[in-house]
Amino acid sequence: MRFIFKTDYAQDIRLAKHGGHLFWYGLLGAILLAAPWWASEYVMSQLHFICIYSIVGFGLMILTGFTGQVSLGHAAFLAVGAYTEALMQAAGVPFAVSISCAAIFSAAAGIIIGLPALRLKGIYLAIATLAFGVVVEEIITRWTKLTGGNEGKHLKPVEILGWKLDSDAEFYYLCLALTVLCCLACVNLLRSPTGRAFVAIRDSEISASCLGVNLAKYKTMAFAISAALTGVGGALYAHKLAFISPEQFTLFQSIELLTIVILGGIGFLHGAVLGAAFIIVLPQLISIAKGWLPEGMAPSGLQAVVFGLILILFIIFEPLGLYGRWLKVRTYFELFPFYRKGMFRRQKSYMKSERLR
Amino acid sequence: MSFFKVENLGIRFGGVVAVDKVGFEVRRGECYTIIGPNGAGKTTIFNLIGLLYPATSGKITFEQKEINSFSPHQVADLGIARTFQNIELFEHATVLQNLLIGRHRHRKTALWQELLFTPSVRAAELAQREAVEKVIDFLELAKVRDNLVAGLPYGLRKVVELGRALATEPKLLLLDEPSSGLNPEETDDMAFWIEDIKRHLGVTVLMVEHDMNLVSRVSDRVLALNLGSVIAEGTPAEVQAHPAVIEAYLGKAA
Repeated sequence: MRFIFKTDYAQDIRLAKHGGHLFWYGLLGAILLAAPWWASEYVMSQLHFICIYSIVGFGLMILTGFTGQVSLGHAAFLAVGAYTEALMQAAGVPFAVSISCAAIFSAAAGIIIGLPALRLKGIYLAIATLAFGVVVEEIITRWTKLTGGNEGKHLKPVEILGWKLDSDAEFYYLCLALTVLCCLACVNLLRSPTGRAFVAIRDSEISASCLGVNLAKYKTMAFAISAALTGVGGALYAHKLAFISPEQFTLFQSIELLTIVILGGIGFLHGAVLGAAFIIVLPQLISIAKGWLPEGMAPSGLQAVVFGLILILFIIFEPLGLYGRWLKVRTYFELFPFYRKGMFRRQKSYMKSERLR
Repeated sequence: MSFFKVENLGIRFGGVVAVDKVGFEVRRGECYTIIGPNGAGKTTIFNLIGLLYPATSGKITFEQKEINSFSPHQVADLGIARTFQNIELFEHATVLQNLLIGRHRHRKTALWQELLFTPSVRAAELAQREAVEKVIDFLELAKVRDNLVAGLPYGLRKVVELGRALATEPKLLLLDEPSSGLNPEETDDMAFWIEDIKRHLGVTVLMVEHDMNLVSRVSDRVLALNLGSVIAEGTPAEVQAHPAVIEAYLGKAA
């Protein structure tokens, strides 16, 4: 067990709270940097996806995990990012500009969908964002002049200042660098006043507003930041697949993105990465399991069933997700043998009769 | 000039007149208490002052500014802080984080600076922590600084909420039943703190309270309400002896 003796305010702000952090994150970084040397082509491709989904996961985590606003329309932001990148690349715009535009346009879309969010809550907000997702999907399908409709759009590999990133390793480093940057931006945000205001809105809107948090402004901001990150993810996603069409940005995609944050652990940035890894690895596990099942016992829809089942089981038995499970395991060993079962149980809050809405 | 003034304040919920033509004035540096039986409209007045409800009639002025058309966060920005009767803390955050959210109105950094965590953000964060640490010292919260609010007992939560309001460095502090749910010792501590807040921090206190012992200890003036209207105003002793107040609490002699 480690005790941290605080002697300085800066200790609270520091990124690595103790030597263990430095060591383990350093090790993780080294392993990831060395990936092209140890990973097969197939694993590299999975790592691309994990990076991309992590970025999107950060975005959704900021919105759902930290600001408490549900979104079932994040595939729309992914689409805005992806199509911005595809169209701009086709027009010959440099990558640095096009990916920034992907973020900016997605953020603008986020602000638009954030406006009704100022009045809607919970399930109603979920429905509104869901409708938004469907609308965007429909626009992409119908606006054939711009998006190519169902024929989709092809993308060339990323090119930065004349340097073509056409190998797996080069594209991997690009994804990794952007993931780390987005992660740092999120961590920075969460340790400054804006991040605290988000958390305040999540936990009690009424006292947040009585402490001077402008609800309208900060909710819109959460939507914009979340959408911008998703847009960056979308741009990389488009490059990874090299071909995008409306079928990739359906309601099902939105649900999959929400699954990332719920499985990973709502309210933890680690959760976004764990959730992304889980969702990428799971289909492979399922296809391996299919091979073991007797002939005729493996229906084609098995993947959707397993996804749904896992989501339900997590919500019932581990609402804190994979990261919450890890925290519990760690605490168990740190406190051994004094860990008790109810330690992480969320206490029922005291009666709240003063709900003003 | 008046520091904080409420004139002809009223609100109707459908056919129910919850607050009717209430007017009072709070002087800078005093502790002003609103008392009254259940349902007298005390908390409703607080919610009207915080602009959580739109008033049906009346005018609220704070330092010569009419604040009726403000939104709740603007009221907080002026330097009016409040606590809630049933505690509205951020449960999944630590005590320290709760108090830091109280510093929200003193933030100075822009979003892009925060995303990059520039040196100015770092300096601002350190300053915020120093300010919060003063409140922690004042309310003796050092022991629970890093505990999650969700695990704290009720009495301590009450103190944390008071701390969060103080962290905003308010000019006017609204306390909604600071002693409800507290045992006699905790109530005693609360009385000391309210006195200190008034004397040493120079914060004007407007509170709603039931515990007459606490009221007479800390208040300079008292306003008694019944069924949404003012029935008496004066020093604690005067109001307690007022026939209309006795009637409101105990009923008329047969």
